Amino acid sequence: MTPEEKPGENTMTRTDFLASAAKSAVLIGLGAGGYASFNSLTSKLAKRKLTPVRGYPNSTWYSMAIDITTCIGCGKCVEACCTENDVPPEHFRTWVERYVVKNNGEVLIDSPEGGKNGFPDDIPESDIAKSFFMPKMCNHCDESPCIQVCPVGATFLSPEGVVLVDYEYCIGCCYCIQSCPYGSRFWNPKRHTADKCTLCYHRITKGKLPACVEVCPVKARIFGNLADPNSEISKFCRDNAVMTLKPHLKTGAKVFYKGLTKEAV
Amino acid sequence: MWSLFTHPMSLFAQAGTYVFPNEKNELQWGILIVLYPYLTGLVAGAFILASLVRVFKADAVKPTYRLALLTALAFLICAPLPLVGHLGHPERAYEIMFTPHATSAMAIFGFVYLWYLMAVLLLEVYFDYRKDMVLAAQKSGMIMKCAYTLFTLGVKDLSPKALEFDEKAGRFLTIIGIPSAVLLHGYVGFIFGSLKGNPWWSSVLMPLIFLLSAIVSGIAMVFVIWMATTWFRKQKLDIKCANAIGRYLMFALVFDLTLETLDIVHRIYEAGESLEILRLLSSGYLYYTIFIVQLFLGGIVPLIVLAVMQAAKMSDAVRIRYYFVLALMVQIGVFTMRWNVVIGGQLFSKTLLGLTTYKLELIGKEGFLIFLTVLSLPFVILFVLTKILPPWEDHEENDSLQGKAAVLAG
Repeated sequence: MTPEEKPGENTMTRTDFLASAAKSAVLIGLGAGGYASFNSLTSKLAKRKLTPVRGYPNSTWYSMAIDITTCIGCGKCVEACCTENDVPPEHFRTWVERYVVKNNGEVLIDSPEGGKNGFPDDIPESDIAKSFFMPKMCNHCDESPCIQVCPVGATFLSPEGVVLVDYEYCIGCCYCIQSCPYGSRFWNPKRHTADKCTLCYHRITKGKLPACVEVCPVKARIFGNLADPNSEISKFCRDNAVMTLKPHLKTGAKVFYKGLTKEAV
Repeated sequence: MWSLFTHPMSLFAQAGTYVFPNEKNELQWGILIVLYPYLTGLVAGAFILASLVRVFKADAVKPTYRLALLTALAFLICAPLPLVGHLGHPERAYEIMFTPHATSAMAIFGFVYLWYLMAVLLLEVYFDYRKDMVLAAQKSGMIMKCAYTLFTLGVKDLSPKALEFDEKAGRFLTIIGIPSAVLLHGYVGFIFGSLKGNPWWSSVLMPLIFLLSAIVSGIAMVFVIWMATTWFRKQKLDIKCANAIGRYLMFALVFDLTLETLDIVHRIYEAGESLEILRLLSSGYLYYTIFIVQLFLGGIVPLIVLAVMQAAKMSDAVRIRYYFVLALMVQIGVFTMRWNVVIGGQLFSKTLLGLTTYKLELIGKEGFLIFLTVLSLPFVILFVLTKILPPWEDHEENDSLQGKAAVLAG
């Protein structure tokens, strides 16, 4: 005991004892509770199965397959899309890219006017090793980065698996446009909101085909219900080696390409 | 519209480059979004400087404590302006607060902002200034008396117990405020760093780099404002305080530059799919803004000069001039860093095969004039705040004396 301390200062009264006992009990209780919930969480996690590829959540799960080996680059799909959906000039819900691999290995890629008016015959045929056309559009991703980042939930996945934008709700922050790795979204200067392909939602919900699919003269675009094993798109994806764009980003893209080669981006 | 500034795309356009057709139009985020992380960074940095005094007992920088608080408040008030101004539908901005989307990094901004403004900064200013406001209300005219009384929320108690409570509450709020400031700006970095679709932004280092550069810019901004206002008020600058801030700025710069360099080295060494386009970007479009302004003039030079000044013998007047210029250079460097992130992240296509272009217009919703206006507004607000709540130590002493006299006379 130091000289400054008064005698009896260190002795514990009954009230002090009860108070500290109550505090200890609460702390022990909290600790035990925390330990128990941590244990239950870890056991839950341990039981969780690893499912690398999930099944379709609904009986209708629309999507599209594109046959690069068939596409002739006529641009009819782009034109039909722009007309059907009143797409502003210089903007595209779908577009067609041309890939030209030259004999020296150089790859030329272009999409003048989104391929709406076709492509010029500007490269000497003798220089070309191979060439192909590749239609692009929103990939209607199952784990879409655009839906993830929308601050108000104006972009959402419909029950049929279509990624849509609520134009009456979108605040126009452009975060979704930044997050889309495929360049499929654009700023609509008329609506002042984000805009993109809807798979012609207004048509498909009435049993019609998307405009781009309907006008394609070579059936390079196949639309349908992935969850129906007998649908044309299911058969197409089953019978052909198909691939999605940028699979390493794990966006769950569900526009499937047949004939996708290493040159395509 | 007359374009004030255009990146010289044609100089770098080369055969084989390709950008998606939708990327040929305007960039989505312009100079207002550059301003947004810059302003929030200043808030966080200024607050950290204030907390050095209150929590870490860095008494040498005490003369800047209140100024740092008011600077943080003035910039925080303006921080959402560029965001809301940029929106396509600003009238729907409230939806972020009313119907926030849980998975969106951006949706949390409203809550982080409000927490920081209402729960931290305003309360801290309140507890710090309550005594001054009560005293000021006693000797002000009718209008200001009402205003000060309103600001004190009617609590006029100046008893030692009440003042002790103010002090304790202020200290507690500063302790809460430090993680809040870190959250505020680290979070802004996360908005960019969490986008996997953009290799320029997508980096776990992004929140840390934003945070460190925020601390650097905040300290430098309070430093500049403090030196300028002291000079305007014809007061003598506390050289001990200036030296201490200079030292803190130097330490913050060391950490900031280390992280920025680590980010660059990591990208180069990892040599991912985006390396080629990022190399093209940083050696062309962004060469001057990254290497010359951001890293060299805004980072390395101030760091070296500040380090030399720690040992060098020089007169106070020269020292102060150096500090002023260096703090301004740091300021420009940090603003350029925000530019390089926000604009730089959009100057290349998502094809990773071509570059896009940015046009800065003079007039228009996201034009240079609007940018200047939003940038100047915090200074105007700070000026008004310093008139209502003087942050100067000399003023405080006079006030306290007058206050004591008034209390004694009463």
